[in-house]
Amino acid sequence: MTVSRRAIALAVGCLLLALVPPIAALTNQPFYVDLFRRMMIFAIAAVSLDLILGYGGMVSFGHAAYLGIGAYAVGIPAFHGVDSGWLQWPLAIVASALAALVIGAISLRTSGVYFIMITLAFAQMLYYLGLSLEAYGGDNGMRLAGRSRFGGPIDLHQPAVFYYVVLAILVLFLVLGSRLVASRFGMVIRAAKSNEPRARAIGFSPFRYKLTAFVIAGSAGGLAGALLANQTEYLTPDFMHWTRSGEIMFMVILGGTGTLFGPVIGAIALLLLEDVLSALTVHWQIVLGPILILVVLFAKRGLFGLLPGAAPRDG
Amino acid sequence: MAETLLAVRGLSKRFGGLLASDQIDLDVVRGETHAIIGPNGAGKTTLIGQLAGDLRPDAGSIRFAGQDVTRLDAPLRSRRGLARSFQITSIFRDFSALDNVALAVQAHSGGSFRFWRPARDDRALREPARAALASVGLGERAGVLAANLAHGEQRQLEIAMALATEPRLLLLDEPVAGMGLEESRRMVRFLETLKRRITIVLVEHDMDAVFTLADRISVIVYGRIIATGTPPEVRGNERVRRAYLGEDHTP
Repeated sequence: MTVSRRAIALAVGCLLLALVPPIAALTNQPFYVDLFRRMMIFAIAAVSLDLILGYGGMVSFGHAAYLGIGAYAVGIPAFHGVDSGWLQWPLAIVASALAALVIGAISLRTSGVYFIMITLAFAQMLYYLGLSLEAYGGDNGMRLAGRSRFGGPIDLHQPAVFYYVVLAILVLFLVLGSRLVASRFGMVIRAAKSNEPRARAIGFSPFRYKLTAFVIAGSAGGLAGALLANQTEYLTPDFMHWTRSGEIMFMVILGGTGTLFGPVIGAIALLLLEDVLSALTVHWQIVLGPILILVVLFAKRGLFGLLPGAAPRDG
Repeated sequence: MAETLLAVRGLSKRFGGLLASDQIDLDVVRGETHAIIGPNGAGKTTLIGQLAGDLRPDAGSIRFAGQDVTRLDAPLRSRRGLARSFQITSIFRDFSALDNVALAVQAHSGGSFRFWRPARDDRALREPARAALASVGLGERAGVLAANLAHGEQRQLEIAMALATEPRLLLLDEPVAGMGLEESRRMVRFLETLKRRITIVLVEHDMDAVFTLADRISVIVYGRIIATGTPPEVRGNERVRRAYLGEDHTP
């Protein structure tokens, strides 16, 4: 029952998002294609963080690191004239997976506040590494000469085409993620989140499962970074700044941790709020803060939990 | 002579100035229920922790089913057939009772690097889990969230999880702790049927439970085992009376 409800939520959400480009074209507001594409890219990052945060209890405060690695995996080859997306995007995935493997292998030996701080520290290290890359613009970052090329009809310079590529990746990732959290693998990381000593006592060695989940989340974050570089056609070390990690975490919490679809809503809501509020006042964060506090206090499962028919517990 | 399932030799563990386990020797014979009793702070929990693999001993060895397991961690010992319950109820509170047991089955059915098939539709996990739940009398409560079970039911659930792993040895850390009289009687009756088919190491404060269930008892005081024997032997042992039970408090 829950499965079909999820399927319905996915189908409806998918349809609504698919309607954005035609509606934007009809109303002559091409800006919205850009905005919603940006939302979906952050949604991919937020969903990937939810996999480890919501399901695995791994509160990574450095998820923006993978956004940055993915972005540089597009930007650096592009700078040297390699603009094939078939090369850039897999590179983004592999490079961020490797980074996640190293960061995870060290961070997962700690827990609680130490885990939060060490993942934050790793992300900041990468941020400063980005600042020091003078050849690639240092703290100013660099322009992307052009978006990734795939050949054939997949031309990312066409706003709608790029939009549907991002939508397809988001939907694919949500489907894979839903399977993952319900699989044997998913049950292990959820059990370890629920009660790690008990999980060990019944015979699970959670470390390698958690590390695998951490690497999967990191590589999805890297792909989101490759998309983001294409979105902005510009990249800077700011992609990896800790405030960006905080933003992704906000999206997860706002949307509902451990819900997978919630972070999509969270990403859309946060960027929409940012867009609306920043048009009203430069101090828009003063308004955003209390909204987040209210959601955390009164909506246990985030915005997702407020949806009619949302399952009290996923499964 | 019956076969020794668990053989502990010279086990020592020190916490700062406190010698929590002092040269402990312990043999658990296959098929018996072996109770470990002792006053508070005598080192029972430290001993259980070392047997389960949560604590590394400073010295000594633990052999289980003929193999040295001293260096194995808790998950590895569990997979060798050493199951445990905790002194303070330890379950997956935000999962259903059936999920809890199915997880235990899963932990013992090979690696869990399976990413696609929903675990909750997996009959290879659910059916043995249902059977284990039914065996502790929780068959009707399979779908209830573990957090919503009564305290006694949660303790039964812990035992169902342990049984679902088809253990060769069951470590029970105060299984009737915190239970009401009726609940605790029911648990003891259940353990009486369980002890016929499984080897049990039982740490318990409730002397009625201990003397009902135990085939042999080891008494631990200040980290040392001062006596091991059948319940009547232990009851009649002078050192035990002096050190633990007190002259005027004969069990």
